[in-house]
Amino acid sequence: MANLEERRIASGFGFLQREAGFEIGESAFLRYGAADSYLRALFVGLTNTLLVAAIGVVLATILGTFIGLCRLSKNFLLRTLSGTYIEFIRNVPLLVQLFFWYAVITEGLPGAREALSPLPGVFLSNRGIFFPSFSSVPELQGFNFAGGFAISPEFAALLVGLATYTAAFIAEIVRAGILAVDRGQGEAAHALGLTRAQATRLVILPQALRVIVPPMTSQYLNLTKNSSLAVAIGYPDLVSIANTTMNQTGQAIEGIAVIMAVYLTISLSISAFMNWYNAHVAFK
Amino acid sequence: MKWLRENLFAGWVSGVFSAILIVILVKALFAFVDWAFLEAIWRPDANACRAAKGACWGLITEKHRFILFGTYPYEQHWRPAAASVLLVALWTFSAIRAFWKWWLALVWFSGLSLIGMLMWGGVFGMPYVENERWGGLILTLLLSTFGVAFAFPLSILLALGRRSDMPVIRALCVGYIELIRGVPLISVLFMASVMLPLFLPSGVTIDKMVRAQLAIVMFAAAYLAEVVRGGLQSIPRGQYDAAHALALPYWRRTWLIILPQALRVSVPPLVNTLIALLKDTSLVLIIGLFDLLSTVKISLTEPAWNGFGIEAYVFASLVYFVFCFSMSRYSRSFEHK
Amino acid sequence: MIEMTGVNKYFGAFHVLKDVNLAVGRGEKVVVCGPSGSGKSTLIRLVNRLETHQSGRVVVDGVELTEDPRTVDRVRREVGMVFQSFNLFPHLTVLENLTLAPIWVQRVPRKEAAETAMHFLNRVRIPEQADKYPSQLSGGQQQRVAIARALCMKPKLMLFDEPTSALDPEMIKEVLDVMVELAREGMTMMVVTHEMGFARTVADRVVFMDGGRIVEAAPPADFFSAPKTDRAKLFLSQVLGH
Repeated sequence: MANLEERRIASGFGFLQREAGFEIGESAFLRYGAADSYLRALFVGLTNTLLVAAIGVVLATILGTFIGLCRLSKNFLLRTLSGTYIEFIRNVPLLVQLFFWYAVITEGLPGAREALSPLPGVFLSNRGIFFPSFSSVPELQGFNFAGGFAISPEFAALLVGLATYTAAFIAEIVRAGILAVDRGQGEAAHALGLTRAQATRLVILPQALRVIVPPMTSQYLNLTKNSSLAVAIGYPDLVSIANTTMNQTGQAIEGIAVIMAVYLTISLSISAFMNWYNAHVAFK
Repeated sequence: MKWLRENLFAGWVSGVFSAILIVILVKALFAFVDWAFLEAIWRPDANACRAAKGACWGLITEKHRFILFGTYPYEQHWRPAAASVLLVALWTFSAIRAFWKWWLALVWFSGLSLIGMLMWGGVFGMPYVENERWGGLILTLLLSTFGVAFAFPLSILLALGRRSDMPVIRALCVGYIELIRGVPLISVLFMASVMLPLFLPSGVTIDKMVRAQLAIVMFAAAYLAEVVRGGLQSIPRGQYDAAHALALPYWRRTWLIILPQALRVSVPPLVNTLIALLKDTSLVLIIGLFDLLSTVKISLTEPAWNGFGIEAYVFASLVYFVFCFSMSRYSRSFEHK
Repeated sequence: MIEMTGVNKYFGAFHVLKDVNLAVGRGEKVVVCGPSGSGKSTLIRLVNRLETHQSGRVVVDGVELTEDPRTVDRVRREVGMVFQSFNLFPHLTVLENLTLAPIWVQRVPRKEAAETAMHFLNRVRIPEQADKYPSQLSGGQQQRVAIARALCMKPKLMLFDEPTSALDPEMIKEVLDVMVELAREGMTMMVVTHEMGFARTVADRVVFMDGGRIVEAAPPADFFSAPKTDRAKLFLSQVLGH
């Protein structure tokens, strides 16, 4: 205890009102400048976390479901390729994959002047990915692009890494869910003359969903927690900003408490949703 | 031919997919072989690497000692190498069902002591190497192994506590498990790394490696506790009834009857947690420990080798993959028994 | 209607159907019986290719069943099947169960499909259950819904794979009654069952299988009163004995 007082560490949350004094690379929704408070900085971090998590969840679900269905395909190539993907992704740490994607973007993509342009107005470079927005189109100015809508390399790497990683787990969940549906259901559907695609869509998938949703929401939670690795590649998520705050103010305990409280709230909300789902959408 | 018909060209859509995929695969394979082998530079020559179109495996050739062993003294590298082999042997030994007897614990105890002796030295003519200099593969393996070794018994206690009739114990266990499982590992690492020294009397310091290890143990214990709990719940009610009927006291019946059955069922998810733990050790990079991923990253910071991140992380992926995939294959084999 | 010649089937190394020859004519009702493991379920599932044969020919309504998925589709539209475990779709109401295939396979407009469905629900005598879910119905009701579901596709041939084996005794009659009516109206039927009373009433021919072969085939009057082979005699004594 003497230690704490010595270093004035657990001195409460008053520091949140103080001026932060550092810039934040990108902010999803809120405006922020170095003169704003630590509290505001943390909020920016939170919105950044939620943004990458939300988009990540959507992408991972789409990709994961597709790959899971491929795993069940009669086509040998689809089956094997998706199987290889799943095995490789699941057996390599996420952090390695994030660094890899970051390296691909910063080393693999050309500089702004030689940027790739697969579609008009869309540019891929090692400074980021640029899209036209409603009001302006990205244009090369000096060494970078101005105008339009920009995705930083950090955000892109984090998003791609999180989505591809979580998709591998979702694929297995989808596959297990579909396999869990009684064989007779498929037989009855086929006996009625439904094609494989129709049977999957109308009979198997709706039943599989009930088995799929609980572990799927668990993966969504994992993705959100994993977004905290942003601190390692420089994307200003909640943990990143809290880390900077802790370093600057020395208020380590409060900082960690904030991080944990936020994530706990997110987990408990997702758990609550799951309980609601189980109670209300249970098998009729 | 029949196989081709059934598996690749079963219908119009399937056939088209197969055709497109084969074209893409062949092109990708050629491009990859070209990049990774034909045009690649294997000798440790950074200039040649920059000039070439292919992969720069020279980075690995040049830096592999550092990547695998960290800042451990160069001439003593045989020690962490031997320790790594010993660790893997320990895991492999434990994987054989026939050896699941009580003396396995003794084997582990002696094995880990031997490893400790090898790494620290100071005896038998081996110079002492402080653990700040440990790094690379051996650190990753040690963190995972000790992580599981300590987390496992702790998780059994937590799982039993969660099912306890005593409300205080139950509440504490549930609280702990839900708290740890609800937050990212990075926050637990921060907690151990930053907060722990604060609660100690001035002058007493805890080694950074120990702090990281503690965090990993705490984290793993919460997840393993859920696995054990699943195993406990899967035991038929009749077993508990029979144990009660025999008038066995709590710890006796838990140790003799309940736990052995629960643990046998739990092996696949247990191994899966171990795989996850091995992957999670990569996070210690963030708090400044030099595990395998960290040494890979650092090897890139030298100006000459800057910019070959893709090769570096492909190499790192392969190393992790070999370990994790073998374990997952092993766990898969249990599902068929 | 159905022609099987020289059909052999293997499950891995196990030879489950040995050199089977069977013909079922239009409007004919054939009952297949035999001890368990004799291959009778496998035989009937060959007709709509829920199982595949390794050698021989299976021709249904003039269409030979091959690996070509188009032949399979064509056959399945004309053949209805009723399963031992009903296999109703639990996430759909009874009405939706009946209209699913007509809408998606035959592209019948929704309204017309619903009318056909109600017609067949009336036929199996449970029109009031139309909006209920399968789990809310008794076993006998579920199986009758399953029969109606198959009938909604207006098949030329109906297959029954032990339709009453999973039912409690008091519900067997209601299902058999429906099947008898169906037979009387001239539907071509192939039925695997242990219900010998049904065979006696409805069958034109009883086919007895044992060990993967058709051992004996005769009109019910002949089969039940004067079985020719020892195995048939043994089987009958076991089944009719109680």
